[in-house]
Amino acid sequence: MSALQRNWDARAAANFMLGGAGAGLVACAPLTGNSYATLAGLAMIAAGLGAVWLETGRKLRAAHVLFNPFTSWMTREAFAALLLFPLGLFFPLLAAPVALVFLYCQARILRAAKGIPAWRAREVVALVVSTGIAEGAGLALVISAERWLLGVFAAALVVRYFAWRRYRAAVRSDALELPGRTLGWVGTGAALVLLPIAPPVAGLAAAACGAWLKLALVTRASFKQGFSLPHLPVRGAP
Amino acid sequence: MTRWAMIADLRRCVGCQTCTAACKQANATPPGVQWRRVLDLELGEYPSVKRAFVPVGCMHCDDPPCMHVCPSTATRKRADGIVTIDYDLCIGCAYCAVACPYDARYKVDKQEFAFQEKIESEKHDSKRIGVATKCTFCVERIDAGLARGLKPGVDPDATPACVNSCIAGALHFGDAEDPDSNVSELLAENQFFRMHEELGTGPRFYYLWDRKP
Repeated sequence: MSALQRNWDARAAANFMLGGAGAGLVACAPLTGNSYATLAGLAMIAAGLGAVWLETGRKLRAAHVLFNPFTSWMTREAFAALLLFPLGLFFPLLAAPVALVFLYCQARILRAAKGIPAWRAREVVALVVSTGIAEGAGLALVISAERWLLGVFAAALVVRYFAWRRYRAAVRSDALELPGRTLGWVGTGAALVLLPIAPPVAGLAAAACGAWLKLALVTRASFKQGFSLPHLPVRGAP
Repeated sequence: MTRWAMIADLRRCVGCQTCTAACKQANATPPGVQWRRVLDLELGEYPSVKRAFVPVGCMHCDDPPCMHVCPSTATRKRADGIVTIDYDLCIGCAYCAVACPYDARYKVDKQEFAFQEKIESEKHDSKRIGVATKCTFCVERIDAGLARGLKPGVDPDATPACVNSCIAGALHFGDAEDPDSNVSELLAENQFFRMHEELGTGPRFYYLWDRKP
């Protein structure tokens, strides 16, 4: 590992992958009728937060992340997480909307990063939120195959696909081409075909494709925009 | 109200990197960390190739994205426009590094020295390990100079090290709100641009490229 860090690596991406899917799972948990679904979602969120904690340079100052709720979406995400865990443990129904807030905060974290064109695009918000819900619904299918859950999963896949298309129309990134194509063919097309036959397999396929896309988005598509020189210096000046 | 600003006259910069070296010497930044860099850009295609040297670093923006995203409030903006980092508050999440459109922030997780082992004259600040760092406009120098009644941008003891060291007189520093300051006069006499102005960050680093017609 290099001593110099100027971007986010897989540890930060894990927060978006595990945390996003976990929040989606907590949001969909009431549809499963299984109390373990919420616990599994919380465990994933905790694992994601733990992974990003490993990336911080001053780990013992972790509580400082709560200091700026006025403008920082990272702080707001932390507050949502603080609220989410007790609610998830004792009032799972109330945890579902808070999980969506957590997911929205994650999306806005990327959107606020003005240095990275692939993140600051406003279309990234719909992409990250819809991906999290689709992944969470997919993972919920491993636990239960209730009719309502199947419907939510199918709808989430379609919304995610169109969110991806809209994002791709706004942002061109070679790093996202293959994960994006896979999201379309496997994570959406194949998952919808498999859904009536093998719901857990369809759910896992959708979740894996979403996770891969987010890994690529955070670690590979995170090029800074670089510098610009709108005017060249005029030579011969005194 | 004072508003410190820096000017790089692109017509004068020769890309000697003396400002980079002066910054490293003054601020004791570790290997790989350059708070003041000079880009060497080639533009166009042969035979119509042009070359430009562009000093870059923290732009001390009016509306700094790094400050808004910082979850710990370590990044702040002073009344005089200088964007600072409180090393005791920063958690080293590097969010500011990815939010900065000017690639101006660095985070170093372990101490490294230019010659592998620390030499006697090499300074080391353990507070800067695991936290974000960037150009400070040599804020301690400015504050100390002001306390002694000196004028930043005019008196070398109150002026950022990179500006003092510039051999071509390309870098200037001063109060952009003072109409009689050196930077205000240069901005009034010349055409200038600011980097990535379309992002709305309001950078306080101006690039001169031609005289006003």
